[in-house]
Amino acid sequence: MHPAFSVIFLTTLIGAGQGLFLALITAETFSHMGALAPQEYRFYSTGSLLSLGLLVAGLVASFFHLGHPERAWRSAAMWRTSWLSREVIALPAFMGLVFIYGLLHYLEWNPKVFGTTALPETNLTLMVGIIGIVLCFTLFICTGMIYACLKFLQEWHTPLTPINYTLLGMSSGFTLATAFATQYSQEMTDLFGTWAIILTLAALLTRTASLLRNKGIKHRSTLRTAIGVHHSNIRQQSQGSMGGSFNTREYFHGMSTVFFKSIQWIFLLLVFPLPLLLLGMGLSNDTTALLVLAFAVQYVGLIAERWFFFAQANHPQNLYYQTI
Amino acid sequence: MTQLALVIDLNVCVGCHACVTSCKQWNTSGAAGSLMDDNPYDKDPTGTFFNRVQTYEVGEFPNTETIHFPKSCLHCEDPPCVPVCPTGASYKRKEDGIVLVDYDKCIGCNYCSWACPYGAREIDEKQKVMKKCTLCVDRIYDESLPETERKPACVLACPTSARLFGDVHDPESEVSRAICESGGYPLMPEWGTQPANHYLPRRKTKIRFHKDELMRADNPLKKDGRLPKTDPDAPFLDDSVSW
Repeated sequence: MHPAFSVIFLTTLIGAGQGLFLALITAETFSHMGALAPQEYRFYSTGSLLSLGLLVAGLVASFFHLGHPERAWRSAAMWRTSWLSREVIALPAFMGLVFIYGLLHYLEWNPKVFGTTALPETNLTLMVGIIGIVLCFTLFICTGMIYACLKFLQEWHTPLTPINYTLLGMSSGFTLATAFATQYSQEMTDLFGTWAIILTLAALLTRTASLLRNKGIKHRSTLRTAIGVHHSNIRQQSQGSMGGSFNTREYFHGMSTVFFKSIQWIFLLLVFPLPLLLLGMGLSNDTTALLVLAFAVQYVGLIAERWFFFAQANHPQNLYYQTI
Repeated sequence: MTQLALVIDLNVCVGCHACVTSCKQWNTSGAAGSLMDDNPYDKDPTGTFFNRVQTYEVGEFPNTETIHFPKSCLHCEDPPCVPVCPTGASYKRKEDGIVLVDYDKCIGCNYCSWACPYGAREIDEKQKVMKKCTLCVDRIYDESLPETERKPACVLACPTSARLFGDVHDPESEVSRAICESGGYPLMPEWGTQPANHYLPRRKTKIRFHKDELMRADNPLKKDGRLPKTDPDAPFLDDSVSW
């Protein structure tokens, strides 16, 4: 497939925003249980604002993918059948919730919602946050399933696709949270940093699994099934147009094999070992700059990762477009 | 239920592209506006087409065969492009099974084209909406046309009648008979899309002659050696029996 930068930015930016929100909720849950010292409201409101900023940037990027952005509101219609439509609903819903969550913290309006002897005491912001977690994972699943549900794009049609989207997004969000938390408390930096390392390692595991799976993938469609001629030696002589078409532009990445293969090694380096190293160094030296760098390096790596994700998918229609 | 479709006979198609040009002509002149053409007379010409004819070579020289392969939307009975559309612009008509795009609802996200394993959908890069074969839906029901012309433009244009059009759910129709009698097959059956369009395979047309068919063994001239003659004075019925 031809990687579209609008979609690359959409998925990487909202992934980081979602991960950051999950980090905030982790901190709130921990401090609610008494495992962490309570934070001042600014930590949550600024964090939510940062997360919301990433989500808005992702949404803006997605509009560049549309031929008719002014009709984008229509795309919420077919949520019963289309994962894209579900994402279109889940993203603004999650954004709205992050906004409410941040606002409640900013206003410091946090009444007790319920609390009995049987149930632990729960505050409003925690309640909102828990709904936010559900929406956040819904959004991760919707984003991943847009690709995983297309069964003949065999490189994508695996549970590893939504899992990778979730883990990579969380990994990048927690790395950002680590850099962000240095402004507030050492304790929280360590908490987020530990989670960022765990999530990055988990993502390394699942992303490598998908790379290995796709390495030996056997495509079900061949030129024989494509034109229905059962002969072992079929060659295309012409594709019906001499100057290329939508079919030759949309489904081929158009780069050399060397470039394509090098992107794989670049993202494997930038998403996993380098940020891990920078996180480790930043946490032990307590240097904010290194942690910010860890996020930046990993984000650039994720752009390469997403490029590779699209470029690697081999659409069966390409069988019809082997030669001009 | 009706399922309109094309049946394309690869045994007859000569690859003249008449279906391509007539399709483009009809569909660029319709109410939906023109089909995009970019640099049509210049370097790197490109454009939106509903129908393309491709050419494949099968076998090894000198024992090769050329197959001209017209390719358009197959109007699948279970179209994977329809459920993925977020706006409902892509739909399959209940009454005749034609898969269509509502150009006023399409947001141009390309997702349906990703979901089509055949690459049958092409975006119109000027209008920014997804387009595809409509089976000339604006023509086949047009009662102002004579009944013989209520067929897709490509079918009418084909000089060798390689393209048949009809209801594949009606077992008595011309297309169903052709599929049944000539071994019509769908493309990429492995994805379960159940394409409505079918292709008829290449066939070897051979006639076997036996020697006794070339020289009739029971030729009466051979048997008797000479023509029978009647008595000229004998009574006759009419001129035709007297010689």
